[in-house]
Amino acid sequence: MTFTQTSDVSELKQIAKRLREKILRMTAEAGSGHPSTSLSSVEIVTALHFSRMRWDPKNAGWDDRDRFVISKGHGVPVLYAAYAEAGAIPEDELGTLRKTGSRLQGHPDPTRLPFVEAATGSLGQGLSISLGLALAAKLDGTSWRTYCLLGDGECEEGQVWEAAMSAPRFDIDNLCAIVDFNKIQQTSSVEEILPTLNPLPDKWKAFSWHVIECDGHDLEQVLAAVDEAASTKGKPTVVIAHTVKGKGVPEMENATDWHGKAPKKDQAEAWIKELQLV
Amino acid sequence: MSEKRDRATREAFGDALVRMGKTDPRVVAMDGDVATSVMTAEFGKQFPDRYFQFGIAESNIIGVAAGMAMAGKVPFAASFACFITGRFETIRMSLGYNRTNVRIVGTHVGVGIGPDGHSQMGLEDCALMRTIPNMAVIQPASGIETELAVEYLVDHVGPAYLRLTRQKVREIHDERFTFEFGKGVKLREGSDVALVASGATVERALDAADLLDKQGISAAVANIHTIQPIDADLLVELARTCRRIVTVEDHVPAGGLGGAVCEALAELQPAPVLRLGVNGFGESGDPEELYERFGLSAPKIAASAAGFLESGAEVALISEGAV
Repeated sequence: MTFTQTSDVSELKQIAKRLREKILRMTAEAGSGHPSTSLSSVEIVTALHFSRMRWDPKNAGWDDRDRFVISKGHGVPVLYAAYAEAGAIPEDELGTLRKTGSRLQGHPDPTRLPFVEAATGSLGQGLSISLGLALAAKLDGTSWRTYCLLGDGECEEGQVWEAAMSAPRFDIDNLCAIVDFNKIQQTSSVEEILPTLNPLPDKWKAFSWHVIECDGHDLEQVLAAVDEAASTKGKPTVVIAHTVKGKGVPEMENATDWHGKAPKKDQAEAWIKELQLV
Repeated sequence: MSEKRDRATREAFGDALVRMGKTDPRVVAMDGDVATSVMTAEFGKQFPDRYFQFGIAESNIIGVAAGMAMAGKVPFAASFACFITGRFETIRMSLGYNRTNVRIVGTHVGVGIGPDGHSQMGLEDCALMRTIPNMAVIQPASGIETELAVEYLVDHVGPAYLRLTRQKVREIHDERFTFEFGKGVKLREGSDVALVASGATVERALDAADLLDKQGISAAVANIHTIQPIDADLLVELARTCRRIVTVEDHVPAGGLGGAVCEALAELQPAPVLRLGVNGFGESGDPEELYERFGLSAPKIAASAAGFLESGAEVALISEGAV
């Protein structure tokens, strides 16, 4: 297939559906993984990879590509799905997820699969790496942008706030953080685990970020947020994307017992059929 | 460039960093509000666009350095050894696993820092860094050696850790010295015992060898500036020519130079090894008195080595100041 990007929301919705299908199939095949947190990021990843981000599925090392750092590394199946959809990796390679010798490691690994920019999965580290990328781009006077996808529970890590506190002092506007704010962590809800993570937007505002809130499953809103970030000058932007963990699969949506659990294969296929994901 | 005078290795690092900044635009430095201690302040003055202040936030500095390295820069991230290597997991993941060309620089190592005491003493840093599979670990023994190590590190492929002193150390080299990554330097021949040292303890090992000589004991002295990968060939040679090996480091005896030497020799040329180091967490005091107290003064090193040649087992108790 030839890779083309589009601003047509109905086309993007179809792509998002196919990413959900791939996420369910690959985690079911692997027998483990984090499908629900991957599902909450689908529209964010779709809007960037299939509409706004500069990248080439046939040239991972393109110098001028925009960088996408998935700091919530456990959500990496959504990226693998996007890579397969874009033709960067073969569709059937998704069946190797988490298997010995696979390029599709349980958490992102750029030494095996160069499309992922950074090894992450130890939470809290991706925003600092993204800040380093953005500072290097500014120093070199290049135009590529850096996107960093964070989890909400991940924002409990201190290093996130070290990076958040320091980024605006460099007057950079080539960095866009996106928080997949799905309100559910591994063992319970954010509200139960650490209610004082709220109000989340205020914390970023207090550190001088440009803050945008949006419905993280509304592709028009996500595209508008990404565009607003790109046109914001002199400060980094954070998009607080309100999402639903497990989005698209009613049994997983907002469930607190689906964090690190894959569906059975027949269950995944039944859901895909029921939800008309194919 | 390199001059023959006694300097702290942190000072030589600061000089070399400025020099490399002039010749290589990829070199960048980041600070966590310790630039005047870790000697990156002059680099910041001369290259303000390549110098980044993050406040007291070492994990963030490590991550940012990783990101900058991914985009082709050669970052030197310097702080006190205990503070920066204390962010071990970020170093393991962001730097190590990502195979970045970041240079972590840890200054203020060991009891040699003196009055500031335990909380500021990097005593476990080398052990931590050695566990990261692709991490080069370099501890220069003098100013000239440091300058050459920094020059080398600009082009080294992969992450590296540079371990530096707060206090002045003796200049043991002259301008003819060449730094060869991964190669130990035999400073003195000997046949009874080999004193294997690194960093600030090298000059003490040399003095201890003089003292041993007066007692009729022939001591070789080796300077291991590259602790990872360690020069196994040199260690094997020493184990074959000397009856005993004594490692000397301003670091805990576990996992640092002593650990590295034991691991190499156990596999290649089993030999009795006595590991001298700082048994404990360190404390405040005059550096020379602390070296005496922790068994790392020249007379204490000589006594330990002589005792080890005599008997073997019970000499580990010699550094009785250890707490």
